[in-house]
Amino acid sequence: MSTLEIRGLKVSVDTENGAVEILKGVDLTIKSGETHAIMGPNGSGKSTLAYSIAGHPKYNITGGTVTLDGADVLEMTVDERAKAGLFLAMQYPVEVPGVSVSNFLRTAATALRGEAPKLRTWVGEVKDAMQALSMDPSFAQRNVNEGFSGGEKKRHEIMQLELLKPKIAILDETDSGLDVDALRIVSEGVNRAKESNNIGVVLITHYTRILRYIKPDFVHVFANGKIVEEGGPELADKLEANGYAEYVTA
Amino acid sequence: MTTLTTNYLTPTGREEAWRFTPLKRLGGLHDGTAVIADRHSLTLGSGNVAGVSFALVSASDASPISESDDVIVARIRDFAKEVSVLTIAANTEVAEPIFLKRSAGALDTAEFSRVLIRVENHARATVIIENSGDTHLAEDLEISVAPGASLTLVSLQEWGGKSIHAGRQHAVVDRDASFKSIIVTIGGSLVRLLPTVEFAAPGASCELLGVYFATSGQFFEHRMFVDHKVPNAKSRVNYKGALAGDQAHTVWIGDVFIRAAAEGTDTYELNRNLLLSDGARADSVPNLEIETGEIVGAGHASTTGRFDDEQLFYLMSRGITLADARRLVVRGFFNEIVSEIGNEEIQTRLMDRIDSELAKAGA
Repeated sequence: MSTLEIRGLKVSVDTENGAVEILKGVDLTIKSGETHAIMGPNGSGKSTLAYSIAGHPKYNITGGTVTLDGADVLEMTVDERAKAGLFLAMQYPVEVPGVSVSNFLRTAATALRGEAPKLRTWVGEVKDAMQALSMDPSFAQRNVNEGFSGGEKKRHEIMQLELLKPKIAILDETDSGLDVDALRIVSEGVNRAKESNNIGVVLITHYTRILRYIKPDFVHVFANGKIVEEGGPELADKLEANGYAEYVTA
Repeated sequence: MTTLTTNYLTPTGREEAWRFTPLKRLGGLHDGTAVIADRHSLTLGSGNVAGVSFALVSASDASPISESDDVIVARIRDFAKEVSVLTIAANTEVAEPIFLKRSAGALDTAEFSRVLIRVENHARATVIIENSGDTHLAEDLEISVAPGASLTLVSLQEWGGKSIHAGRQHAVVDRDASFKSIIVTIGGSLVRLLPTVEFAAPGASCELLGVYFATSGQFFEHRMFVDHKVPNAKSRVNYKGALAGDQAHTVWIGDVFIRAAAEGTDTYELNRNLLLSDGARADSVPNLEIETGEIVGAGHASTTGRFDDEQLFYLMSRGITLADARRLVVRGFFNEIVSEIGNEEIQTRLMDRIDSELAKAGA
């Protein structure tokens, strides 16, 4: 059982006009097996929350704490956070020219497991993960995210979720740019990974449609750098009907 | 030992061709002060193959096939009484690479070496030159690729740390022939190579690929010249370099000349440099001179940048350490060209060497 605790998190970024505060005190607790949907309008700071937890150097933490089972996440380097059990599925996964998916996955698995996975079982593991996400086997030989379609990038992210088995996964707009079929396949992947490893999931999204496939236990509305309303799945239905207008003007 | 008697226009460093080169570090290859030994360090590394011959022949039987205004080439031609000649006979298709090796060099005396690679009509081959150990070498390597023939020439500079190597690798590519050059420079104190190509007849093509990785104190210069003097020839140039450590210095010059007669020319050249630490310097000068507008295409690009933070973040977010992430990115950067060598053993050796240079440089 793992717990990610975010308390009073404040984050700023440096701009030409000086530091701008984006997160203005975020409180959130995620436990193994729970699914939290974080919903909010564009520019509300949802992605900043995701990248700050993962440790992107662009974001300056100006206040608050983030702990995973009591360990101070903010003190960890980016790779240490992953080793501690955090995973970020990115909205815009980065191209790494000349590095094959197969090499990348094996390097990551080796780093996270502390030893190189046995080649024979590893090949099968990767093959199964790819098959489950309806990916062509040739995918493994392509360079990481290079020339991938939007849907392929997202499948690749969720394949990593299944292979790397984190404790807590943050999925940043994994639904964006996916057609209905891809959305279903990716969502099934998330549900599989969650069930087999009891992952705590933070689902960051602008739209409610992914919640038809991945059922949230909690819904948090994010606006202007903080959580402004919280509830159960029924809150998503309200958002579906009314949109974010009341939170933006508030 | 021989003393040169001819008067040469010794470069001063102000000439365009020499303005980047630290002349003092050439060990006198350019100004006649090098002590020349009568040494022939180039040997055939692979066994006998039908249609392939390698021999040391008298210079009078192996005249130069090209002109050169390079002073070092002029000195070599003045000195060399014998030429190492590799011939691939007409219509021969050599499946396995032909290996040439230079490993028995020396630092105290210089070798002035002429080499001729002849690929006769419709022959196809891959030649891999493995340069290692210590050397003080001036090299005039000429390649003739006859009509319909195809040659891939891989030149690996894995020299020891004090080595000095100034060389020209000039290919004359005939009708419907193709020449592919892959140059890898990762060892030596000073390496200055001139990969140059002239197209002798229409339908010829060349691909000049290269990677270089310079660490503290190393100077690597690669100066291409592609002479489009006939119609309908195609050239591609792609060089990638990385630099790490104080005083690491690389120079890439890409001169492409499309003469008035060269209608239908198709050319593109590209140089990318990755600066892995402060104190390193990468010069990159693409230069396209065009005398006719009736061409298929002509372009060039040059970029010099540092590690992409987003790439490193992505890799590290999967648990990969910063050092391993950098190693992966550098390997990936070079992989596009190194993988073109098509020999797993060599590719692994080169990548391992690049890893260890990167680790030593602490970048």
